[in-house]
Amino acid sequence: MAAPKRIKLNVDGKPYSITADPEMPLLYALRNDIGLDNPHFGCGLAQCGACTVHVNGAATRSCSLPVGEAAGKKVVTLAGLGTPEKPHPVQKAFVDEQVPQCGYCVNGWIMTAAELLAKNPKADDKQIRDGLAGLKCRCGTHMAIIRAVKRAAKEMAS
Amino acid sequence: MTKMISIKDFAFSRRQLLRGAGALVVSAAAPIALTKKARAQAAAFGSAVKPPLIPDQLDSFIAITADGRVTAFFGKMDMGQGVDVAISQIVAEELDVKFERVTTQMGDTATSVNQGGASSSNAVQNGGKALRMIAAEARRVLVEEAAKRLGADVADLVVDDGVVSVKGAPAKKISYAEILQGRYFNHKLNWNKRYGNALHAEGKAKPKKPSEYKVVGQTFPRSDVPGKVFGTTAMITDVRLPGMLHGRVIHPEKAGAAPKGYDAASIRHIKGARVVHQKGFIGVVANTEWDAVKAAQELKVQWTDGGKPFVDQKTLYDHIRKAKVVAEKTDTREGDVEAALKGAAKVVKAEYEWPFQSHASMGPACAIVDADPKNPVVYTGSQKPHYTAEGVASILKLKKDAVRGVWVPGPGCYGRNDAGDAAAQAALLSKAVGKPVRVQGMRHEGIAWDPKGPASVHMARGGIDANGNIIAYEFISKGFDRLNVNSNESNPAHNLAGQQIGAKIRPGLIFRSPEDIYVFPARKLGWQVIPPFIERYSPLRTSHLRDPLGPQIQFACEQFLDELAEAAGMDPVAFRLKYLVSQRDKDVVKAAAEAAGWQTRVGPRKDQNGKATVAGRGISYALRNGTRVSVAADVEVDKPSGKVWVRRLTVAHDCGLIVNPGTLRTVLEGNVVMATSRSMLEEVMFEPDRVTSVDWSTYPILETPDAPEEVKVVLLNRPESPATGAGEAATRPVSAAIANAIYDATGVRIRRGPMTPDRIKAAVS
Repeated sequence: MAAPKRIKLNVDGKPYSITADPEMPLLYALRNDIGLDNPHFGCGLAQCGACTVHVNGAATRSCSLPVGEAAGKKVVTLAGLGTPEKPHPVQKAFVDEQVPQCGYCVNGWIMTAAELLAKNPKADDKQIRDGLAGLKCRCGTHMAIIRAVKRAAKEMAS
Repeated sequence: MTKMISIKDFAFSRRQLLRGAGALVVSAAAPIALTKKARAQAAAFGSAVKPPLIPDQLDSFIAITADGRVTAFFGKMDMGQGVDVAISQIVAEELDVKFERVTTQMGDTATSVNQGGASSSNAVQNGGKALRMIAAEARRVLVEEAAKRLGADVADLVVDDGVVSVKGAPAKKISYAEILQGRYFNHKLNWNKRYGNALHAEGKAKPKKPSEYKVVGQTFPRSDVPGKVFGTTAMITDVRLPGMLHGRVIHPEKAGAAPKGYDAASIRHIKGARVVHQKGFIGVVANTEWDAVKAAQELKVQWTDGGKPFVDQKTLYDHIRKAKVVAEKTDTREGDVEAALKGAAKVVKAEYEWPFQSHASMGPACAIVDADPKNPVVYTGSQKPHYTAEGVASILKLKKDAVRGVWVPGPGCYGRNDAGDAAAQAALLSKAVGKPVRVQGMRHEGIAWDPKGPASVHMARGGIDANGNIIAYEFISKGFDRLNVNSNESNPAHNLAGQQIGAKIRPGLIFRSPEDIYVFPARKLGWQVIPPFIERYSPLRTSHLRDPLGPQIQFACEQFLDELAEAAGMDPVAFRLKYLVSQRDKDVVKAAAEAAGWQTRVGPRKDQNGKATVAGRGISYALRNGTRVSVAADVEVDKPSGKVWVRRLTVAHDCGLIVNPGTLRTVLEGNVVMATSRSMLEEVMFEPDRVTSVDWSTYPILETPDAPEEVKVVLLNRPESPATGAGEAATRPVSAAIANAIYDATGVRIRRGPMTPDRIKAAVS
């Protein structure tokens, strides 16, 4: 464990200053120091995506990014992506398609799909499936996820 | 007039209890006399006044606030399959109020009675049946009271969205809210004196006929989806109590090992971190979560030598075949199978094998316990918080009902996963340190250390006469007990921490036979159970995993049915229709075949010689607790790599009366996708001294690139038949439908699961 350090973070557009072990994964800082609970601990190994946030626009597994390396970068969580009042098109589509079942993984799918569509708004079925590879969903909501991402792509295109 | 208690604000939080005082108007029953125990209980849970929460009270299930909102208190849980919405629909229907008025609250021992928690997908089947009768009774007493107030006959009254009025004189009206004025019903039900799944209560009211339904049978969206999508609802992992510390449990690298001692100096650099070591249990508690994670990683523990309790995995199925039988049962015995086999023109035999599988929940389990004897509480993601709370009470050495259990949505359990273990671990740690403790596992605890679906071997024999009729059928399963660990978490023997501090497993010694639905003249269906590898604290202990034993038994018996069909010179669909008896069974098979575009055939396709990628279609059928499902699978097999793409699954499903068709469809999709994952990929790997499936790379599950192109769902609605479960039945036929499709494509039988590329490649080359 490294000595605690003061670390400045920018999360969902707001500045935060925390004192933490810079090697601690960003996930723990978001959840426990800042109180943003939407990134979930799924594996701590960057194998499932439940902890995904955007770091400078890139979908990033916060369980495996040392918080020290997030300093000075723009971090966006699910709450910063959209709200019930101002939903991101991917969130809106996930509600419309009634995607999540237990919901523990859904953060990762939404954050990853949002980045995918930002980069490739015209993603086709194969690009969507391949672009979401590496994410896990135990409830087996894959079909609804794919439908929702296609729906979001359509809405973003119109 | 007797005393009554008003209801305020409980809709904001399940944690807020019913309280207040007033005068009873609905019935003239005696005042609620709080027993000493109930009073103590109420005080313990922080409420000054609370009616006894027992199932013979209407108020234990339904409340109507002064503003006309209706709350159903449900002693089961929703794991994301929309159970609460279904219950709200049923209650709205029987009460004659708009669906939007009703909220269903679940999973708090302080506000709901124990209806068994999530269990065998029977939330609607059992729990909904009770709520239907209770809501009808609530309507009856309200309408009777309205009749008195309006000076009219009950027969002349109609109810529209909770407003009772006189037929032909709509101005003469009174609402439920006006009648109750925020007070309790204080009305007695006939309760069958049972708790758990068997709990039933009803009054004198007759429920509606299905033909009258307006709310039941319609699609309403799930209540939990927006909160999950926007992250505005707390999950179990987000619960934080004042003064809460963080705990982690440390498991040995080698199964069977126990902590002998530890080097406290190894974590001295982590301020506030401390070790809790009791017999076979060792864990750490720290001020922050990261400190707890680091302390668990860095603590030097000395372990006993656990030896090599398991076998070489290559010999697992030989081990099962040769192991002594500790329990066995023949569930169906009809005619003389041995004699019929002797007289058969042709005998078909086959054996099938299925591995240990993990719940592998999305997040390793989390629980928060405050062991403070003044206000003991457990927050849990378990399917059965009522029993979890009893289990925690046992660990804390408190009275059985002393601990409050609060369910908070968490990673889907799909059976008895690691959630119940986390609760007991948090209890031990909280008791040791005298503070509330949050425990969350690490990934290996959700895969290597969760209880497993049992490994098994299935042996089938069939006899065919000279005319191609099946005259004998035998199906015997032999495997590990389905319940080393019971889903009911009330006894320390049924959780890891309990076993670590001394409780020996109390195995259920039970397996299961296939449903006796194909009527062959002579048949025998049975099972045999073998002993566990380790008597306590085993990473290969068994428990219920979604549709317990369903995928493995059906993998075997529904493949064997295709083998019999081919030997008898019959098409698989025609063969099933010939030997099924119930019309509902047959209708479902027909529906799946039709929707899949079934082409009649005997044996595998013969037109794909020389092709590297071959296509096939297979069908399978299952009955589960009254629910009927047939799945037709279309697969593509890449012979050089052995990779199989389950391209399309066609699911025909009959669960009796359909309560919510929209949600049913997504639940069925989830079932068959998870079942595809289990069929194609999932196998817990182990060495003689340890489980080596520890994460998602060593226990892979299905990802989007390999998900089917299409899941086609055909719903058969049977309003005249009671609603049965939908949470698991569709899991059951998937493995065999895929295996039968692979056979259709390749002419090769895959009799060992999962059907991994390596296995397929070896089999087809």
